[in-house]
Amino acid sequence: MDIAANFINLDALTIIYLFGVGFVGGLVSGFIGSGGAFVLTPAMMSLGVPGLVAVASNMCHKFPKALVGAIKRAKYGQVDVKLGIVLGISAEAGVLYGAHIQESIKKAFGDAGSNLYVSVAFVVILALVGGFVLRDAWKTYFAGNADAEEKMGLLPLWVRTIKIPGTMVYFKSLNARISILFTIPLGFATGMLAATIAVGGFIGVPSMIYVLGAPSLMASATELVIAFVMGLGGSFKFALSGLVDIRLAMIILAGSLFGIQLGAIGTTYVKPFMIKVVMGVIMVIVLFSRGLMVPVYLAQLGLIDKLDGSTVSVLKTTSFGIMIFALLLGAFIVMSAMWSGRRAEQRREAQLHQPSRVLEHGEI
Amino acid sequence: MAQSTTRKKPVGRLFVMGIISIALYTALLSNQDLVLSMFGKGGMYAFLPIITAFAFSVIHGSFTGNFWTVLGIEAARKKKEGN
Repeated sequence: MDIAANFINLDALTIIYLFGVGFVGGLVSGFIGSGGAFVLTPAMMSLGVPGLVAVASNMCHKFPKALVGAIKRAKYGQVDVKLGIVLGISAEAGVLYGAHIQESIKKAFGDAGSNLYVSVAFVVILALVGGFVLRDAWKTYFAGNADAEEKMGLLPLWVRTIKIPGTMVYFKSLNARISILFTIPLGFATGMLAATIAVGGFIGVPSMIYVLGAPSLMASATELVIAFVMGLGGSFKFALSGLVDIRLAMIILAGSLFGIQLGAIGTTYVKPFMIKVVMGVIMVIVLFSRGLMVPVYLAQLGLIDKLDGSTVSVLKTTSFGIMIFALLLGAFIVMSAMWSGRRAEQRREAQLHQPSRVLEHGEI
Repeated sequence: MAQSTTRKKPVGRLFVMGIISIALYTALLSNQDLVLSMFGKGGMYAFLPIITAFAFSVIHGSFTGNFWTVLGIEAARKKKEGN
C-alpha cells in the first residue's frame, strides 16, 4: 500500500478549518448524543482526503470524543451505561453488516451506486424519523407541555408488558425491566445507519425515546456510550488496514472536545424537548442536502439523462452548503437555548435574595 | 447572608493540562512523517492510533473541561442537585 497517497499535507488553514468543524460538531454531539459526524467526512474529503481515510479518521476522533462526553454527562446523572453497552454491542454487529452491504453495492454498481444507496438511505430515514421527531417536538411546544414531564407513548408501554423469561433486564433510564431482545434490532439498526451515513444516533436516540421509553436527556447521553463502543471497534478495524490519519483525527478531536463539554453543559439548562428540536431540525435539513445529490448519482448510473458539469458542480456545492448550514443552525439553537437557560437561572437566583433585602428596608 | 457558592477555580490544573496537551500536539505535528509511516502500517500497529486517541482524550479532555469551568461556564445548579 502506498502510505503517502493516503495522507494529505497539512497547512495552518486546514488545521483551523478542521478544528472549527470539530468544535461545532462536538457541540451538537454533546447535546444530542451524535450528529456532528455527518459533516466531518465530506469536510475532510473536500480537502482531498480519500473517502476511506476520511471515514476511518472521523471514527477515530469519534470514540474518544464520545468517551469524554459520556463521562461529562454521567456526572449529571444522564447516562445509562448498561443500556449503552447492550445497544453498543448489537450496534457493532450492525456496523459490520452495514459495511459489508456497502462493499457489495460498491462491487456491483461502483462508487455511484454506493453513493446513491447512501443518499437514498439518508433521505428515507431522515424523512421518516426526523419528521416524526420534529412533529413531536412541535406538538409538545404548541400544547404548552414544554415544562411538563415527558409522557411515554403506547409502544414503550407495550414493550414493558412483554415478559420473556431469561431475557428480562432492569435499565435505570427506563426505570423498568424489559426484554433485552428488544434492544438487539434497535442497536443493529443504529450500527447499520452509522456504517451508512456515519450518524447512528439518528436512529439510536429516537428508538430509545419512542420504542424503549427513555427520557430525551438520558437517551441522548446514552447514545454517547453507544458511539464510543461502535467507534472503538470501527477505528480498530480501519487501523488494522492502516487507514487512520491520526493527525486529522486528533486535530478534529482538539476542537470537538471543547464543543462536547459545552454541549453537555448545555443539556443541564434546557427543557428536554429541545433535544428533539435540535435533532429533528438537523435531520430534516440534512435530508434536503442529500436529496439534491440523488439526481447526480442517478445520472452517473445512466438511470436518467446525463447532467452537464456545471449543474453537477452547483448541486454538489449547494448540498455541502446545506449540510454545513444544518450543523451551524443546530449549534445556534444549542447555544441560544443554553444562553436563555443560564439567564433564567441567574434571574431565579437573584429573586431568591431579593425578599430579605426588600423587607429590611421596609419596602413593598 | 448568601451562602458561599463560589468554588476555587482549577486554574493550576488548566495550565498543567494545557501545557501537556500542547506538547502532545507539537510532538504529533512535528513528527508527521514518522507518525504516518508507523500508524499507516496496519496490523499490530493498529493499537498505536487507539492508544494515541485515548491519551489525547484524557489530557485534552481534562484541559477543555477545566477551560469552561475557569471561564465560569458550568452545569445548572438545580440539575446537578437533582441528580
